Amino acid sequence: MLTLTNVSKTFNPGTVNEKKALENLSLHLEPGDFVTIIGGNGAGKSTLFNAIAGSFFVDRGRILLDGDDMTFRPEYKRSRYVGRLFQDPLKGTAPHMTIEENMALAYLRTAKASSAFSTITKKDRDYFAQRLAALGLGLEDRLKQPVGLLSGGQRQALTLLMATLVTPKLLLLDEHTAALDPGTAEKVLELTRKIVSENKITCLMITHNISSALELGNRTIMMDGGKIVLDISGEERAHTTVDGLLEKFRTKTNKVLDNDRILLSE
Amino acid sequence: MSIQILLTNTEQGLIYSLVALGLYISYRTLDIADLTTDGSFTLGIACSAILTSLGHPVLGLAAALIAGALAGGVTAVLQTKLGVQPILAGIITMTGLYSINLMIMGKSNLTLLRVDTLFRWADGLMPYGTLVLALVFAVVCAVLLVLFLRTQLGLSLRATGDNRDMVAASSINPAFTTTVGLCIANALIAVSGGLLAQQQGYGDLTLGTGMVVIGLASLVIGEVLVGRGGIVRGVVGALIGSIIYRVLTGIALTSNLGASNLKLVSAVIVAAAISWPAVRDKILFYKKRKEADKEC
Repeated sequence: MLTLTNVSKTFNPGTVNEKKALENLSLHLEPGDFVTIIGGNGAGKSTLFNAIAGSFFVDRGRILLDGDDMTFRPEYKRSRYVGRLFQDPLKGTAPHMTIEENMALAYLRTAKASSAFSTITKKDRDYFAQRLAALGLGLEDRLKQPVGLLSGGQRQALTLLMATLVTPKLLLLDEHTAALDPGTAEKVLELTRKIVSENKITCLMITHNISSALELGNRTIMMDGGKIVLDISGEERAHTTVDGLLEKFRTKTNKVLDNDRILLSE
Repeated sequence: MSIQILLTNTEQGLIYSLVALGLYISYRTLDIADLTTDGSFTLGIACSAILTSLGHPVLGLAAALIAGALAGGVTAVLQTKLGVQPILAGIITMTGLYSINLMIMGKSNLTLLRVDTLFRWADGLMPYGTLVLALVFAVVCAVLLVLFLRTQLGLSLRATGDNRDMVAASSINPAFTTTVGLCIANALIAVSGGLLAQQQGYGDLTLGTGMVVIGLASLVIGEVLVGRGGIVRGVVGALIGSIIYRVLTGIALTSNLGASNLKLVSAVIVAAAISWPAVRDKILFYKKRKEADKEC
């Protein structure tokens, strides 16, 4: 589904601030793969997402999605096929527009036979309400309310729904529950699991919670210094514990996974 | 103030409301302070005045519309494709338009006394023809704008101003929506200039000076009266605000305040209205600190 071949990206090349964010990184995802990504700060996790989503163009390498070469395609064209959620729940929705209008943005654009001048129909509205009802947050009765009135967790759940309203070829989740309180985070994670498995979406998820990294999905990748240092799936992954994973990280990189959030979330 | 003056000011308020509608798109919706406004308003005057003087008032308005859209397009390309800061992009276009407007009209003012204008035609057709025609233009533009902002393209445009982070991640090309928005905004503004030239019976290239501030003042007055939130409210506010602003202008002109002080009044209104949230926060902060001091 997704193939990255020898992708490299260096920020501020030739200056003292030069930073090799991605180095010769290759990655291949099968359709329906749900891959969790862990790694310390500055390991290149978000840079990897930015490269895939097209926030910048990579210096070297190729990015293929479902056989299509995406390497030089601008972000707004890739986002037709790539859904993305950020850590900040405010990033994914327009606060002064209503829930219905936000969903229409996500839907009308990709829906078949829609022109630039199509509007929200009764049918669309019913469909939005039905999908919102599945979230179990009571948002289906608040279609006409501005999104700015929702809580962070509700906004993140709405963003998740919008990103998957028309099933994307690839879903990128960048610590999308990290800014939420534990209870809400658990709920959004549960919704993620449900939506991803129901629609068989190929998915990459960055997390700082190692136990959910091992628990969710079918494959776990560990990154360090812009490279993939560990890639486990199947039997091997099933038998890996949180401590075992931390130990593997130590032996692979000769350093301790130096992140408070990771240590605390064990 | 006589009824006649009130009538004239209401007519002009309706005509100027297209400027407020344009700024509703660029300033309120896209969140861009678009200084092209001064230039595109004058561009509308120039196009409309020269073609009206040649006997083509309708063509004059059409030319104003197209020229205004092009001016907005130039500003949009400067800021979306060429990396010029939004404010500077508007200033550059406005400055360039100064010469272009002179080229179009040939001189800095042009009287349209013995030629047909749309308003003279309307006055010949019915009583209060000018008022009715101005009202028709304002209402048609307002309704079209509301309908447009509810379409998929309109929603994309609003999202561009509301959350830029979201836009690129939702397959909206912000460069495209910004361009569409600025073209529509400046087309409306130029049509306003074009109508004004025909209503007044002369075109003057200095009429556009400070138009962006005048338009914003109208918008702000409207928001104070009808409140913010929702497109219908915003558009109605723009219409009402423009009329009130013009009536206030009329009062100022007949009193001894003097027309030349009016731009100062507009500037103060806009500065006060836009800085109000910051001032309010400061006041709240000092209040809080005072209370905290008392408690110790």
